[in-house]
Amino acid sequence: MVDMTYQNGVVTARLCGEIDHHIAPKLRGEIDACCESCRPSRLVLDYGSVSFMDSSGIGLVMGRYRMISLLGGRLEVVNVPKGLKKIFTLSGLENLGVMK
Amino acid sequence: MNIINNMKLSFISKSVNESFARSAVAAFLLPLDPTVAEIADIKTAVSEAVTNAIVHAYPEQFGTVYIDMRLTDTGRAIIKIRDKGIGIPDIEKAMEPLYTTSTDERAGLGFAVMQSFTDRVRVRSTVGKGTTVTLEKNIIRSAHGKK
Repeated sequence: MVDMTYQNGVVTARLCGEIDHHIAPKLRGEIDACCESCRPSRLVLDYGSVSFMDSSGIGLVMGRYRMISLLGGRLEVVNVPKGLKKIFTLSGLENLGVMK
Repeated sequence: MNIINNMKLSFISKSVNESFARSAVAAFLLPLDPTVAEIADIKTAVSEAVTNAIVHAYPEQFGTVYIDMRLTDTGRAIIKIRDKGIGIPDIEKAMEPLYTTSTDERAGLGFAVMQSFTDRVRVRSTVGKGTTVTLEKNIIRSAHGKK
């Protein structure tokens, strides 16, 4: 579901599979625990291996944006597959400046 | 417009069933020869509607979520997602983007996604009785060669 790495002040969370309301809390728990432990300057959410997501995947980004901001870091969302662009565009997340 | 196929399913309002529901709907859609993008749109919209039922309709205890899906000879998919939960007091307010009553990191985009990913969304709700969300989508490349 999520593979976490920490290197040079950057936590990278490689998400995979499907993200919905059932799965999102587990991802949130793992990512937040890692960030609270490592206190990274940057959190990277890699959506490259996500095959499906509904708005729970958007909630996951918004929540991590708040979390990492409170820790003094910044968020990046990378490798969003073509099939997920539509829901990311609808969410308006581009306005947060986190999409890379 | 004639109904050429129909299926009904019901399941307990456990979040683990969100994946089952959207996968079942997608599988039933296949005779209409949908594109990958059309399948993704339907799965996403159904996932939102089913999640709403699980999260909002039955906040205190499990209930039953019902899906009634019909395919027409014009290549239209009509999907009703129904619950017998607490109902929605103000449908207009509930459908506003970013509005949510949940504290569980919900984006408040459920109805906005349904509207964006399908051709028509109808919501009927009675407080204390339940809610029915009807999603309709035309499958462009119908196996019947019709729009």
